[in-house]
Amino acid sequence: MIAHFVNLEWKQYFRSSYWQKSIFLNILLGFFALYFMATFLIIGIGGYFILKEQFPTQDPLVVVNSFLLYAFLGDLIFRYMMQKLPVMNIKPMLLLPISKNKIVHFLLIKSAISFFNTFALFFYIPFAVVLIREGYDTSGVLGWLFSMILLTQCANFFNFLINKNNQVFVGLIALLIVGYLIHYFEIFNLSGFVGQGFDGVYENPIYALIFVVLLVLLYQTNYKQLRNEVYLDAIISEKSKEVAAADLSFADRFGDLAPFIKNDLRLMMRNKRTKSSIWMLVVGLLYGLIFYTQPIYADMEVIFVLVGIFSTGAFLMNFGQFIPAWDSSYYKMLMSQNIKYERYLKSKFMIMTISIVLLFVLGIPYVYFGWKILAVHFAAMIYNIGVNTHVIMYGGSFNRKKINLDEKAAFNYQGTGAVQWLIGIPLMLFPMALFGLISWLVNFETAVITLLILGFAGIAFHKQLMLLITKKYQESKYKMIHAFNQEN
Amino acid sequence: MIQTTQLSKKYGPVEVLHIDTLEIPTGQSFGLVGNNGAGKTTFFNILLDLVRPTTGSITNHEIQVNTSEDWKNFTGSFIDESFLIGYLTPEEYFEFIGDLRGMNKADVDAFVAKFEEFFNGEIIGRKKYLRDLSKGNQKKVGIIAAMMGNPKLIILDEPFANLDPTTQIRLKKIIKDLAENREITVLISSHDLTHVTEVCERIVVLEKGNVVKDIQTSAETLQELESYFAV
Repeated sequence: MIAHFVNLEWKQYFRSSYWQKSIFLNILLGFFALYFMATFLIIGIGGYFILKEQFPTQDPLVVVNSFLLYAFLGDLIFRYMMQKLPVMNIKPMLLLPISKNKIVHFLLIKSAISFFNTFALFFYIPFAVVLIREGYDTSGVLGWLFSMILLTQCANFFNFLINKNNQVFVGLIALLIVGYLIHYFEIFNLSGFVGQGFDGVYENPIYALIFVVLLVLLYQTNYKQLRNEVYLDAIISEKSKEVAAADLSFADRFGDLAPFIKNDLRLMMRNKRTKSSIWMLVVGLLYGLIFYTQPIYADMEVIFVLVGIFSTGAFLMNFGQFIPAWDSSYYKMLMSQNIKYERYLKSKFMIMTISIVLLFVLGIPYVYFGWKILAVHFAAMIYNIGVNTHVIMYGGSFNRKKINLDEKAAFNYQGTGAVQWLIGIPLMLFPMALFGLISWLVNFETAVITLLILGFAGIAFHKQLMLLITKKYQESKYKMIHAFNQEN
Repeated sequence: MIQTTQLSKKYGPVEVLHIDTLEIPTGQSFGLVGNNGAGKTTFFNILLDLVRPTTGSITNHEIQVNTSEDWKNFTGSFIDESFLIGYLTPEEYFEFIGDLRGMNKADVDAFVAKFEEFFNGEIIGRKKYLRDLSKGNQKKVGIIAAMMGNPKLIILDEPFANLDPTTQIRLKKIIKDLAENREITVLISSHDLTHVTEVCERIVVLEKGNVVKDIQTSAETLQELESYFAV
């Protein structure tokens, strides 16, 4: 029976047209996974020695333990946003002569080996090995390692229990912040207190059994809850929410673009897939803080270009690269309506331009780090409007992948994160290289002006560029219709 | 008038559609019948320029569909649910299509109000997204949207499938009313021989991509079709 399930999983994975079509993409994602594993591995191996050097008076294991609370809270918050029990897959199983108990067990056990749980092991295991080699008590370290693995699994099942409950989520974040604050103001070291518990596990490995009990309890609770909900009207049903329509009449001022702009705004507000990329905007906007707060970058003006393009173009890159795939599920309808391609594309351009200006305005506080930064950001904004929007729309005509907007979890579909940044590279690297070259050959001001000129040229030739892009879209129309018709 | 000349569509070596000549005069209510894979949807897709023919062409009111897009102004269609925008409410969807077809909000409201009975209170004002409606209710929205903006040609693929009996009867009335207007050509395909003989003046049977029967509907048509398909 289990063999059947595993077999189905295997086929589901390798027969999805997504996998078959984009081996290149999968290899890239594979590299990213390897990169993260390697990073964890290196931290796991080197962590002991780094901590020894940084805190020579303290025991590295105790130091690690005293931060574990934050690590687990962070893990839970990450899981809350990314991980979801894939219950929909079991719908076709319900009619078959398979007991529901088995289905539920399979689902739960499958989730235990998800990559959310395996990644942490790449840190804990090498760290434990190093500890043993450094002369720590073997049974103590094994007990500790065992507890860590069990706790990761506990986090896995706990996450399904809180299952998108916002109150618990807010509670987790509050705990994280309060824990940090009371530690910072030296009122109480909560994480250190919890850490002492883990120290205790090392000293008495038998305490690890507590986590076994905890895991069993969580698994049981999950099992009971799920077992009661393996019905079409319970967990498997897609809950339909009542519409909360926002007033979009302000978009009417865009004249004949208005219907498309309204549509795109609704697209963004009402689909899981798009909503989750709003986080990316926040990341993009705050990106500068990583660099500008560090004095080493204060004179590296090329970095200003990177941050400028990235923070004003965060939306451009996230939204733009999936034109026209956003509309893939009803692309046939659009193509049989009396719309002009140009109007359709123009509305996308308009939305991107507005976002770029808006993000620039929101990023003005960066002027705190120097006027040069603001000047570069301004040039980057113009460059984004004039050049990058057109480039990304041109690139969109090569888009052959359907986007399923109703897809819930952002992670099990079309490697959102990694690939998006990759496509962003040419959009950022070219202006950076150009800027770097000119500011090295001539000076800072000329480099800024060069970006501005390119951007304004793009704006000036907007009509001609749009004609070119429109033609490209028309040429690939049938291919797109065909590709968007393929289910994943 | 829809003119089809030397039309064929091949996928690799397999020919899925082959129509040497087929003329549909303006104002006719035309039914396309055939088993699965007969080429009905392919024909509609080519007519809507969603798929390119291998040879030949279709002319829709003097406009060759794959060279000019002007036919879109007077052609309304509903092929399948992929014509709907799942994240809109029915009202917003009608407004969107209306916008594209040059109707203002008041026009759209007036138009939609005419089909209150057809919607049976399950579409308007329910505060639901199209993706959350049942298949039948989605279909109702698509069919009515295809009729917006005074099209001269209306194309409906399998309009009766998934509809409840009451709605099927109401839809037949709507199509008959349209057919009475001699300016409007209605093209429908169906697996249901009874429905199609009831609403269409002319029925063409496709088999493996070829036209095998071309009948002006009469009292005997249903029987003729049933004996043809009862193999």
